[in-house]
Amino acid sequence: MNIPENLRYSRDHEWLLLDDDVATIGITDYAQKSLGDIVYVELPKIGEKFNAHEPCGSVESVKAISEIFTPITGEVIEINEHLNDSPELVNTDPYGKAWMVKLKIRNPDEVNSLMTAAEYEEYLKNTT
Amino acid sequence: MRYIPNSPEERAEMLKVLGLSSSEELFRSIPEDIRLKRPLKITEPLSEPEVIALMENLASRNSASQRISFLGAGVYSHYSPTIVDYLIQRSEFFTAYTPYQPEVSQGTLQYIFEFQTLVCQLTGMEVANASMYDGSTAMAEAVLMAQRITRRQKVLLAKTVHPEYIEVLRTYTKYTDTEIDFIDFDEETGLIKRDDLSQLSEQTACLVVQSPNFFGIIENLQGLAEEAHSVGALFVVVVTEAISFGLLKTPGEFGADIVVAEAQSFGIPMSFGGPHLGLFATREKFVRQMPGRLAGIAYDKHGNRGFVLTLATREQHIRREKATSNICTNQSLMALAATIYLETMGRRGLQEVAFQNVQKAAYAKRKIKELEGYSIPYSGYTFNEFVVRVPGSAEEILEKLRSEYSIIGGLALSRYFPEMKSDFLICVTETNTKEQIDNLVHCLKELR
Amino acid sequence: MSIKKVRQHPTQNEPLIFERSQKGRIGYRLPKLDVEETNLDSVIPEDFRRSDDLEGFPEVSEVDVVRHFTRMSTWNYSIDLGMYPLGSCTMKYNSRLNEKVARIPGFTNLHPLAPEEEAQGALELMYRLQQDLAEITGLPGVSLQPAAGAQGEMTGILLIRAFLDKRDGQASRNRRVMLIPDSAHGTNPASAQMAGFTVKTVKSTSEGLTDIEHLKQLCSEGGIAGLMLTNPNTVGIFEKNIKEICKIIHDVGGLVYMDGANMNALVGVARPGDMGVDVIHLNLHKTFSTPHGGGGPGSGPCCCSAELEPFLPVPRIVKEGDKFKLDFNRPNSIGRVKAFYGNFGMMIRALSYIYTHGAEGLKEATEAAVLNARYIAHHLANAFEKPFNSDCMHEVVLSHKKQARKGVHTIDIAKRLIDYGFHPMTIYFPLIVDGAMLIEPTESVGKQDLDAFIDAMKSIAKEAEENPQIVIDAPHTTRIGRLDEATAARKPVLRWKPDMETMTKTA
Repeated sequence: MNIPENLRYSRDHEWLLLDDDVATIGITDYAQKSLGDIVYVELPKIGEKFNAHEPCGSVESVKAISEIFTPITGEVIEINEHLNDSPELVNTDPYGKAWMVKLKIRNPDEVNSLMTAAEYEEYLKNTT
Repeated sequence: MRYIPNSPEERAEMLKVLGLSSSEELFRSIPEDIRLKRPLKITEPLSEPEVIALMENLASRNSASQRISFLGAGVYSHYSPTIVDYLIQRSEFFTAYTPYQPEVSQGTLQYIFEFQTLVCQLTGMEVANASMYDGSTAMAEAVLMAQRITRRQKVLLAKTVHPEYIEVLRTYTKYTDTEIDFIDFDEETGLIKRDDLSQLSEQTACLVVQSPNFFGIIENLQGLAEEAHSVGALFVVVVTEAISFGLLKTPGEFGADIVVAEAQSFGIPMSFGGPHLGLFATREKFVRQMPGRLAGIAYDKHGNRGFVLTLATREQHIRREKATSNICTNQSLMALAATIYLETMGRRGLQEVAFQNVQKAAYAKRKIKELEGYSIPYSGYTFNEFVVRVPGSAEEILEKLRSEYSIIGGLALSRYFPEMKSDFLICVTETNTKEQIDNLVHCLKELR
Repeated sequence: MSIKKVRQHPTQNEPLIFERSQKGRIGYRLPKLDVEETNLDSVIPEDFRRSDDLEGFPEVSEVDVVRHFTRMSTWNYSIDLGMYPLGSCTMKYNSRLNEKVARIPGFTNLHPLAPEEEAQGALELMYRLQQDLAEITGLPGVSLQPAAGAQGEMTGILLIRAFLDKRDGQASRNRRVMLIPDSAHGTNPASAQMAGFTVKTVKSTSEGLTDIEHLKQLCSEGGIAGLMLTNPNTVGIFEKNIKEICKIIHDVGGLVYMDGANMNALVGVARPGDMGVDVIHLNLHKTFSTPHGGGGPGSGPCCCSAELEPFLPVPRIVKEGDKFKLDFNRPNSIGRVKAFYGNFGMMIRALSYIYTHGAEGLKEATEAAVLNARYIAHHLANAFEKPFNSDCMHEVVLSHKKQARKGVHTIDIAKRLIDYGFHPMTIYFPLIVDGAMLIEPTESVGKQDLDAFIDAMKSIAKEAEENPQIVIDAPHTTRIGRLDEATAARKPVLRWKPDMETMTKTA
């Protein structure tokens, strides 16, 4: 199970990378493995605002669908258009090429309530 | 019991293997106080001849099935090629399960794929599903879909949509925030009043129009899509007489976003209202919001082409409460019947049927118009149904037609519109002969 | 295990009809037009008419059609061929007698809007079926209008909503939670949502039954409109605490809806009405043998208590003296869920089924169905992980745990079963069992076929141990192998187009 050190993690299996006031989010390796072959990714529109833990889109595989929750409050400033044509990137590179949404955030403090890599690893051991 | 392969002796053997001494013990996990301690109060078993006799007796008391009839209003009498009913009775079609295991269901999946294609061709739309229960529920689902896509709640509905379809929509949206507004119709033409389109707003999810409408009038769909789109709403077209697709310009050409229809006319018996067949078609960009099953092309590892149910994540068994609909079954065998009908009638046959319907109805309309006291109240163009206005009560005239002449002349509109006491809806299809039409006209003359 | 079948036909790969179409072929003849022709432009102007001459629509002869569909049909598995061990589907024998009576012209040629006096036979048939279903379920209010199980379920939940709104008035707004077990079928939460309810999930015990403590706890949180459950539950076990469960819900002012998908374990043995259930839907295409038809049509009658009866869909079929009528005067009704009266054609078949079995035959069928499932459970409990010890009723659930250790999963076992001549069982449902395989033989399977199924499953379990790859790569004997569903879903091709590549490879 791939769990990069430099990221933060939510209980819903999203990862977050913070750079100043811009947060990049996607779904974790565990999430893509559970879903199977990804066939479609539905992303929010630029400008949409979300509170923490609100559904902002969804990831679909052949047999299942899962909502994407924004781990923190923010406004969508960029979405990854590549996922339209190549949803399989979520399977092959969930932390890199398959980033999903970039948010401009208000409260950097909210990041503290997310799990570290070690905490997420522990969380996975306990729940699965 | 002859449908149960294992004899009582075999069953006793099996019980022994399980360490049980009687069938009763199979149910020991059901508490005593819930167990039924008496036989069900229903008939004792009947033999085949007895069941047949009983059913034939019941059927014989449906005298309407033998009358000359001019009833339409959402269910239509049409010829069905003999091979339709023969082919759908092949074991492999009608005793087959839903094609969730594609390797053993290619027969079903291929005809669904053909069906979807035919529906696209008929409606002028880009993608169609594997069918819905019927036209009325297809319309309700179309509205729900439009609401999901636009994230709006209001519906602007033509008053001339089939009244029972409107009732179904009301039930489906009863406990949601849906608001239904109506477009009235012109008393002279029978067409929707374009002025009422001003009700379109930024809260409208969809504009819903039926054509030919409930009074048989062919709406002019030109410009309606543009009006709806100008406020960001979707344009939904409803068709109850699918044969009209053989002759009329497609809703797709007029810019419809969703087309729903009742396709019982495609070789499916009237059968007192069901099972029938709902069609549902839309634009490719909306395909992930479309309810129901979908068959698509897929390849195996050797490159062989096959078909699978696809985009299943929209369905209830995966999305659960986020599903696009709670629909599970479609009407597969009816879709098969329609597919066989359409492929048998083919390009020429379907156009010819539509043409005959138009011609016979036009003939009847002309003859009735000539009768003193009778009139055709709406001037709009019609396909195979039209409204007739009688001197006095339509209900009375139809009742006399039935009791004195054994003809079911049509549907008294007062059934759905109590204020329309003098109007009735008459449908003429390719199954009505010139003789029957002439006779009807003659009787109407006598009854004036 | 390799059997030579006598089933070659000219094209192993029957193309799509559009690929067979030849310009000028026709398949039918209509009687000549017998009325004087009116100029078409004056009846329907050109602007309203399609101008494409139905371009692309198939042109084939009647013989082409017959061969096309006959060949395609040979690629399908079907009940007439063998057992479908599909849990939750009740794939029992589809009697031909039912088909015969459903086709009597007095039924098929009957228009739903025909005058009631001239449709008495149809109305009586519906009335009789209502009576029998009321007796079978122990619930007096019956509507035959819902077109399928999912619709019947939606109807049941709408009834609950309508009833609560009437009983509690404004206060009903605080009662919007519908409880659903974690083992429920996917239509359950979808239906609840359509009635404006939110869903809370009730946990199952390790025995697969409703966790009473968790149920009580959820009820104490308030706002309970009701509980939706299936009994026997979706792992095939009877909810022995059903009376207590119903009482808990009733005590907090809610109602209990039962999903009737598993009625095949109860008919003639126990009645939902006697358990305290308020409303149930039935699947005529399951318990009452109406054919699945490749995915429909079905019929999903809704049966309810006397309390809920006023809310049933309109019109009701009633008897007045010796006449049968459609009663539209139902001010509390939830309205219509479908145009006209329901799938009448399926009602004929269901009534024929009931008459053919009679009271004793129905009970016998239930006993045979449960016996068959228990027999399979007994023989496969070693080869496969059986997660629940309780007696299974008409279906048993197994898990792939033992085989997964060797990399063989439920999907592989299912596909390998095809090579043995069986249709796979229900897989990955219910979700509470890892790699679930839900097996329901029904009463329509004889001991030899049951033994053949058991032997096949045991053989697959052995293969999973000794030669897993043969299971993982299954099926091997079908016309087409496992299809790439991921690509099909990523780039869906949902219709034929003239520029599409025709059949490239033959299987």
